[in-house]
Amino acid sequence: MDFFKKIKKHTKISFLNYGIVIAFYFIIQVVAMSGHLTNSLKGQLIPIVSYVIMALALNLVVGISGELSLGHAGFMSVGAFSGVVVSMSLAQTIPSTGLRLLCAILVGALLAGIAGVIIGIPVLRLNGDYLAIVTLAFGEIIKNVLNCLYVGMDGAGIHMSFKDTASLNLAADGKILINGPMGATGVTKLSTFMAGTILLIVVLVIIQNLVNSRTGLAIMAIRDNRIAAEASGVPVTKHKLIAFVTSAAIAGAAGALYALNYSTIAPKKFDFNTSILVLVFVVLGGIGNMTGSIIAAALLTILPELLRKFADYRMLIYAIVLIIVMITTNNEKVRAFINGLKKKPKQEEAKNE
Amino acid sequence: MSDKAQTPVLQTSHLGIDFGGLTAVDEFNISIAPTEIKGLIGPNGAGKTTIFNLLTKVYQPSRGTILLDGKDTRSMSPVQVNHAGIARTFQNIRLFDQLTVEENVKIGLHDHIKYGMFSGIFRLPSFWKEEKRAHEEALKLLDIFGMADEANVRADSLPYGAQRRLEIVRALATQPKLLLLDEPAAGMNPSETEELMNNIKKIRDEFKIAVMLIEHDMNLVMGICENIVVVNFGKIIAEGTPTQIQNDPQVIEAYLGGRKEED
Ligand SMILES: Nc1ncnc2c1ncn2[C@@H]1O[C@H](COP(=O)(O)OP(=O)(O)OP(=O)(O)O)[C@@H](O)[C@H]1O
Ligand SMILES: [Mg+2]
Repeated sequence: MDFFKKIKKHTKISFLNYGIVIAFYFIIQVVAMSGHLTNSLKGQLIPIVSYVIMALALNLVVGISGELSLGHAGFMSVGAFSGVVVSMSLAQTIPSTGLRLLCAILVGALLAGIAGVIIGIPVLRLNGDYLAIVTLAFGEIIKNVLNCLYVGMDGAGIHMSFKDTASLNLAADGKILINGPMGATGVTKLSTFMAGTILLIVVLVIIQNLVNSRTGLAIMAIRDNRIAAEASGVPVTKHKLIAFVTSAAIAGAAGALYALNYSTIAPKKFDFNTSILVLVFVVLGGIGNMTGSIIAAALLTILPELLRKFADYRMLIYAIVLIIVMITTNNEKVRAFINGLKKKPKQEEAKNE
Repeated sequence: MSDKAQTPVLQTSHLGIDFGGLTAVDEFNISIAPTEIKGLIGPNGAGKTTIFNLLTKVYQPSRGTILLDGKDTRSMSPVQVNHAGIARTFQNIRLFDQLTVEENVKIGLHDHIKYGMFSGIFRLPSFWKEEKRAHEEALKLLDIFGMADEANVRADSLPYGAQRRLEIVRALATQPKLLLLDEPAAGMNPSETEELMNNIKKIRDEFKIAVMLIEHDMNLVMGICENIVVVNFGKIIAEGTPTQIQNDPQVIEAYLGGRKEED
């Protein structure tokens, strides 16, 4: 009996999150059908979904694993540019755009995950805040590498160079896919709001089920007390790696989704500011709180667009909203009030002991 | 008596560690029988906690060997030592504060819950089966200390004594052969201490494991330990039954007597 009650409590929060995402999807559909969806908001739908996924991914590292990553935009860009190359080079082989998008997302996730392994293995063996420094460097390095990366494609296959477009030696029918600092140009837009929503649901399933399993428990135990976790027989590096690499791979998937929403995408889009922006979503939404990440990322991505009308007061309103979000998500009293029904019984129970 | 004939669950020889110029532990030789309750006592700063840290590999020994069930633990990490059969509690309580009481125990069970990451993500049958088993096992262990009702309470909201008890349950969940308790009665009132004594004996009898405990409460030590090791300045100064220790002039001078004068 008690067992099912317990499982239900976890599941309740998970299903709340699925509900929010699905509700958002249908509200947008209804608004679109009634003809009230502005073009600017329509253009923001995929970025919103991408940033929500980014925030969820980063929350897995920051909130669940208790490590700090300052370079998550780096993983996003790995996913973005590998996704673009995959989608462009498969244009002939796979005519279905949905399938091509899926391939792009999977390859983007895979490569970003590999980047996560390469960074994670040496760094996560150390105890201390080294991950923040190394991911910060990674974000900058990846941006600079992509700034001088040239990729082209012709009948003979994919050509790559770190010099310029001329040294790609493309045949006459060749096409430049990635053009250094200009980034990817002439990209076929494959991302759709529906595909993004499906990806978001899949990401939620992965993260929430991972967190609510033996593996997630071990990750949180290491966060709370590394020495006690080791003494209880929980391998530390392995679990920190699981959280970090899963997060990196998801960020890669978000990157591919994001990039395939634009016809051009430049490496400088994924700079330090983007990493910090995502961190802001996570902190404002509440560290370790997935629902908060979803809402904070969505609101703060839409907000600048919605405020365009108010031109002069835009940043002022943005700042006020930031402060309100901060107070409501991180203030014990307000939070207890907001989810009164959900949390109160638990707190009272604790006090009675 | 029959215990003496079996191989000891733990045997150390010439165990020692230096911190810079300070020799914190030196020539530490003990042997613990498979179901023995052994006391480790000594004045503050004698090196008792350091000995636990050596046995569990929180510190790498500077010299000497540790045999656990006859196996040398030289190359083992703290995690491997736990898997090999040593579990412990900490003098400064180390719980997983943000997890519930039950989840803390499940971390102890981590190595004994048999499903992988993918079964967890995709909620395969093994997830449900093993989670159910882990839940039942955790409640059974919590029940030793009558804590099953507090299973869903956050660990850091427990009162001090209950936190100490939860640490013991978590350690027990790893299914050790040797349980190390670092001042388990610290901060407990006399009736709590009395109950703890009975529970430590009960654990030993039920799980057939060895227990080594550090404790300043002499009633507890003399009440349940079959053998006592006294350390001072990192070295063993006496060893024997509670009666022998109580009458040992060196111990009285270094520790028991010294404490009386303080009082
Ligand atoms: N990591 C360390 N670095 C340097 N010195 C240490 C370290 N750990 C312990 N020591 C020293 O080793 C000695 C023994 O400390 P330990 O904590 O083992 O004592 P204890 O017997 O457990 O004392 P108490 O009864 O107060 O808990 C002390 O002098 C302490 O300062
Ligand atoms: Mg100590």
